[in-house]
Amino acid sequence: MRFDLRLMSEMIAPASRVLDIGSGDGTLIEYLFRTRGCDARGIEIDMAEVTHAVAHGLPVMHGDADTDLAHYPDGLFDYVVLSRTLQAVERPQEVLRQMLRIGTRALVSFPNFGHWRVRWQLVRSGRMPMTATWDRPWYETPNIHPCTIRDFFVLCAQEGYAVERWLAVDNEGHQAPWRRFPGLANLFGEQALFLLRRA
Amino acid sequence: MARPRVTNTQAEVARQVHAAYAAVIMDHLDIPSRDTHQSATFDGGFMLDCGVALPSVTVAYRTYGTLNPARSNAILVCHALTGDQYVAEPHPGTGKPGWWKEVVGPGRPIDTDRFFVICANVLGGCMGSTGPRSPRDDGPDAPPWGTDFPPITIRDMVRAQRLLIDRLGVSCLFAAVGGSMGGMQVLEWAATFPDQVFAAVPVATAAFHSAQNIAFHEVGRQAVFADPEWAGGEYWRHGTIPARGLAVARMAAHITYLSEQALTRKFGRRLQIPATGTSSLFGDMFEVESYLRHQGSTFVNRFDANSYLTITRAMDYFDLAADHDGDLARAFRGTATRFCIVSFDSDWLFPTAQSRAIARALNRAGANVSFVEIASDKGHDAFLLDEPDFHRALSGFLSGCAEHAGL
Repeated sequence: MRFDLRLMSEMIAPASRVLDIGSGDGTLIEYLFRTRGCDARGIEIDMAEVTHAVAHGLPVMHGDADTDLAHYPDGLFDYVVLSRTLQAVERPQEVLRQMLRIGTRALVSFPNFGHWRVRWQLVRSGRMPMTATWDRPWYETPNIHPCTIRDFFVLCAQEGYAVERWLAVDNEGHQAPWRRFPGLANLFGEQALFLLRRA
Repeated sequence: MARPRVTNTQAEVARQVHAAYAAVIMDHLDIPSRDTHQSATFDGGFMLDCGVALPSVTVAYRTYGTLNPARSNAILVCHALTGDQYVAEPHPGTGKPGWWKEVVGPGRPIDTDRFFVICANVLGGCMGSTGPRSPRDDGPDAPPWGTDFPPITIRDMVRAQRLLIDRLGVSCLFAAVGGSMGGMQVLEWAATFPDQVFAAVPVATAAFHSAQNIAFHEVGRQAVFADPEWAGGEYWRHGTIPARGLAVARMAAHITYLSEQALTRKFGRRLQIPATGTSSLFGDMFEVESYLRHQGSTFVNRFDANSYLTITRAMDYFDLAADHDGDLARAFRGTATRFCIVSFDSDWLFPTAQSRAIARALNRAGANVSFVEIASDKGHDAFLLDEPDFHRALSGFLSGCAEHAGL
């Protein structure tokens, strides 16, 4: 299982109701059901992934984070998960609002655009960065809303979300001592993970 | 090449077309008499949604597989407009294989080695359940109901099915599965008896019959009405059937079950070689015409015209949200049923948008819902055909639900 999914699953209380947005092949919801007894469901935009997940007995529906969250009632879920997708949605701010409307807590992971390699490449070459994390050229990347860890803290403050937990890791999922300092995490973290609550 | 040569009179054409149906009219129905169908009869009155009480109802049905000791492995399969209870075995009238043999059987997605499968002929049907062909009363020479048979609803069909499953000793269905009108019944089951359906699979269906679909049905009904042999619905008095009208209704309907791509792939603009060689306006026949005529003429051998009128009307009346203050989510509020909604991307009769509307209403109701659109070029009919992705999804969904149900 991808390390950010593993880290997320460790933050989810057993027997919770969970919605995984962008659930892919359903790895996380299956893991949450089997190991934590969660009522975990998924939304996925890629129809082949949806078919694959449903064929494995997982409750996944075809849908779009930008448009389909509006159809869930308030507070239906304990956790709403959005892994490595925030940067690819059309309206990240609205998606976060919907997540914290339909869920008590939101778990969000995203690749950090503030990493030193990204900054250095832009400064040195004057061109859009290409790294292991940001590996598609600007004209074909689905990642239309990249943000940094600091950007995300600012958005949470602006929207009034309480950051219950957060961590920054490298692409292997290892945490480093700098994880307690947002400024350093924003330089050295390749992936970020936030657990938010309605304040 | 393919240019029609116009040398014939219209009267001659009419004679030719009529001759094509004469054999059908002479041949008469393949439908076995009602006594040959397995059935259960429920006395003591059956109040229809229209307010008319039928003195009794008979529900013809077939079962496959074995009911487990806990009586918890029953799956109800709901058939579509012109389907019947012979879902997984040859049709006794036509000898053709069961209409969902790809889906129901040993080792199939609805696995009869694992589940106890029930399929009932709908109320209003013509394969043994109470309908327009049933005698009006118990008298020895009682005439059939004909078009005096009261209008029925999808919910009436479902309530009749519930009597049957009670009689079979099943208090809670593990699943209800059906496509098209069968999907309407599945939705109605989940809305009306939520505690008695653990899982629901409405396929290629909608929560209401659209204006376009009502319009197509109306064309079919007018074709039946326009056939003099229909005789105001009392054709049995003359020992005939409105074969031409019903065949035209079937032809028009059949087009709606296919897709433009499927028709092009199967027939294109190919011509059949004219049998006589004489040149006339309709001397040449496109393959698609021949196919539709075949569909029409074989249909009248197995289906009753008045049943067709009754059941198409029941579909037209269907509007689940309207029964719940206009809000489809209310129909499912608080439901514990697990849903799997399936649509096909080339189905323009019950397009994906209508399935998505159901899925969203279920989201609003907080229900557990899977929703998948299957890629297929076969149109609405895809749900009946060999569609591996659909079959995998159905099989996986049922297995997942079986795990949750402790089966």
